[in-house]
Amino acid sequence: MDINKYMHFVKSPAQLQELRTALLSSKEYNSEKVFVCAGGGCIASGSMKVKDAFVKQLLSNNLNEKLSVMETGCLGPCAIGPVVVIGKDDTFYQKVRPQDVKEIIDKHLIGGNVVEGLLHSIDGKNVSKKSELPFFINQDKQVLRNCGKIDPTKIADYIAVGGYQALSKALTAMTGEQVVQEVTISGLRGRGGAGFPTGIKWNFARKNKDATKYILCNADEGDPGAFMDRSILEGDPHSIIEGMLIGAYAIGSSQGYVYVRAEYPLAVERLQIAIEQARTFGLIGENILGTGFNFDIEIRKGSGAFVCGEETALIQSIEGNRGEPRPRPPFPAEKGLWNKPTVLNNVETFSNIPLLINEGGAHYAEKGTEKSKGTKIFALAGTVKISGLVEVAIGTPLRKLVYDIGGGISTGKKYKAAQIGGPSGGCIPAEHLDVPLDYEALNKLGAIMGSGGLIVMDESSCMVDVARFFLEFVQDESCGKCVPCREGTARMKQIVDRICEGKGEMKDIDELEKLAKTVTNASLCGLGQTAPNPVLSTLRHFREEYIEHIRDKKCRTAVCKELIVFEILDVCNGCQACKKVCPVHAIHGEKKHLHNIDEAECIRCGLCLSTCKFEAIVKY
Amino acid sequence: MEKVKKCSCGNDEEGLLDRLEEIIISFKEKPGALIPVLQATQSIFGYIPQEAILKISEILNEPLSKVYGVITFYSFFSLVPRGKYLIRVCMGTACYVQGANELVTALKQQLSIEIGETTSDKLFTLDVGRCYGACGLAPIIMVNDEVEQFVKPSGVKKIINAYKK
Repeated sequence: MDINKYMHFVKSPAQLQELRTALLSSKEYNSEKVFVCAGGGCIASGSMKVKDAFVKQLLSNNLNEKLSVMETGCLGPCAIGPVVVIGKDDTFYQKVRPQDVKEIIDKHLIGGNVVEGLLHSIDGKNVSKKSELPFFINQDKQVLRNCGKIDPTKIADYIAVGGYQALSKALTAMTGEQVVQEVTISGLRGRGGAGFPTGIKWNFARKNKDATKYILCNADEGDPGAFMDRSILEGDPHSIIEGMLIGAYAIGSSQGYVYVRAEYPLAVERLQIAIEQARTFGLIGENILGTGFNFDIEIRKGSGAFVCGEETALIQSIEGNRGEPRPRPPFPAEKGLWNKPTVLNNVETFSNIPLLINEGGAHYAEKGTEKSKGTKIFALAGTVKISGLVEVAIGTPLRKLVYDIGGGISTGKKYKAAQIGGPSGGCIPAEHLDVPLDYEALNKLGAIMGSGGLIVMDESSCMVDVARFFLEFVQDESCGKCVPCREGTARMKQIVDRICEGKGEMKDIDELEKLAKTVTNASLCGLGQTAPNPVLSTLRHFREEYIEHIRDKKCRTAVCKELIVFEILDVCNGCQACKKVCPVHAIHGEKKHLHNIDEAECIRCGLCLSTCKFEAIVKY
Repeated sequence: MEKVKKCSCGNDEEGLLDRLEEIIISFKEKPGALIPVLQATQSIFGYIPQEAILKISEILNEPLSKVYGVITFYSFFSLVPRGKYLIRVCMGTACYVQGANELVTALKQQLSIEIGETTSDKLFTLDVGRCYGACGLAPIIMVNDEVEQFVKPSGVKKIINAYKK
């Protein structure tokens, strides 16, 4: 069918339905497909070349009529990309290279036999179907329902799978108040980190009588280790637009902004395409679906400031100022962008909206825990076998994510901790692996749900160094407006630096805890208020490591450079290779005689260790 | 305000300044125009030249101090020219715990520059970044908008050489 026939066509809910019906019976929709992941991760691994190879070779095999290649959003398992799924039998291929395409076509698509060498293997056994992979079976993809199934650059794909039906329902069958009510019933909590109930936030803004209101989407996903929002923006941008449209209708807004961080060029590009397509189809603009509802969306790009993920700082940034937070109240729902009532929600929160409007708030609330409803997307990374994007019902135990979905630790070492919630979060040690991932349970352990970044660390990570890493991060990203955050985190970093260098004293631990309290209580915004969390949580669960650094001047993981000792063992045959590479001439010894390292001269660069061919050098 | 001085860097930059002027004027009526204008400037010149700051301040009617304050607040804006290729080592958590620090050391050695500096041939600028959302591929480095994944310190040389061609 010719999609262009329907441009500007959708002027009523009935016409939207008509378009969907036409799309569902179209040849394109019903053709067999080869899905090639075009998520950020797979593109970086070369999936576009794989796609091109498929397009070219299907054509040369005269299969292009029967089979089409679809670029989809993130399928999830980024670490084993580029991934390809064969639609007709759900075969999942991993690490596909352009040169593998010929074999897939000849052997599988023509010959009907699976290419074993490209399958994912678990304990030596190949698994061919996507639906049989533990990575997928153990997930519950709700918000990511379309990621991997539709082409994010085609609005027709989104409409065919039921897109904009929730908008149609809200605009025609519900009042704004009913929409807010439904969101309240669903129990949806903000997915950006703090977990504030979305319904309550919307209600504040709705009640405000001001004629001008704004709705903002926070796509400034700055937590290191988090890429959930990026994947939704890249994989299903229309779900965000639909969520914003419904929110705007509910609170009475006619202008929205999406604030996307500049580090995500592909996300900006795909969102821009989606907005333009929605406008062409009459789903953004004036008199949407003939209901008299007007709404438009503009993208504003961030410029590399982490603090702009904080709502008042984000608003400052859209207004064209330095992104410095301001005290609340007044809350944005009362005085936000250009002093007008403003609702600001995270990408994932908006993506939940069409889902809960379609199925109803009560049905939505069946998933999750008593206080936290629905599902949550996590960015699983670090030392797990399959890192990537996963979605599970809120309350799922951490162990299930790490072992059942992530496949366990990739390095063969033991699990040590999972860092969750980024610079505002904390580390979960092995004894709490069964903690249910929900807002309250994680808070109790000194971590937070946060936006969903989850970094798994094995025994080779030093927890004091991890704390130092996050302090350096918040120090760097603190906007400098309030003293507790600017100076407090700097002093805390000085202390942790000292401990990592072996110059700490036992009283430093008390000092850290005292400072942490002040920074938490006295900082202006969320960045400062939560900045001490990584230190406090590592002190709580890994206190003995701090003590070892201070008392024994020892880093058990040999990460803290100043505390490492390099030693040459008796097996040294005096080949002099290490002596030659040592940049500070700290290695002494005659040829063919045992060498030794002068600890005072050694700068711990590790060159000798990587040079020695006889495993005669150790570090500890 | 003092009249905008003619650029002394040759015709090229003057042409770019004219283009910038058109962009500033097209943004003029938009609320909160300053940051999009600065982003456009950064992408036209690769940095934000002094002449551009003066022009932006004049046309948008924003005090110079504010324009400068905004530029220096955001890490994406640079007041000095950058190399053709901006190499940014991701220092996000996933990359950090998988050895990003060693990549920085290797790059510094290979390029003989420190973080924030540009090589004398104006080809590479070295910087660090805070998570590009490619944690599943950690550790990564970004070369302009391209992701280099699962990078090892020993693989840095090859990456640099590929861009030298």
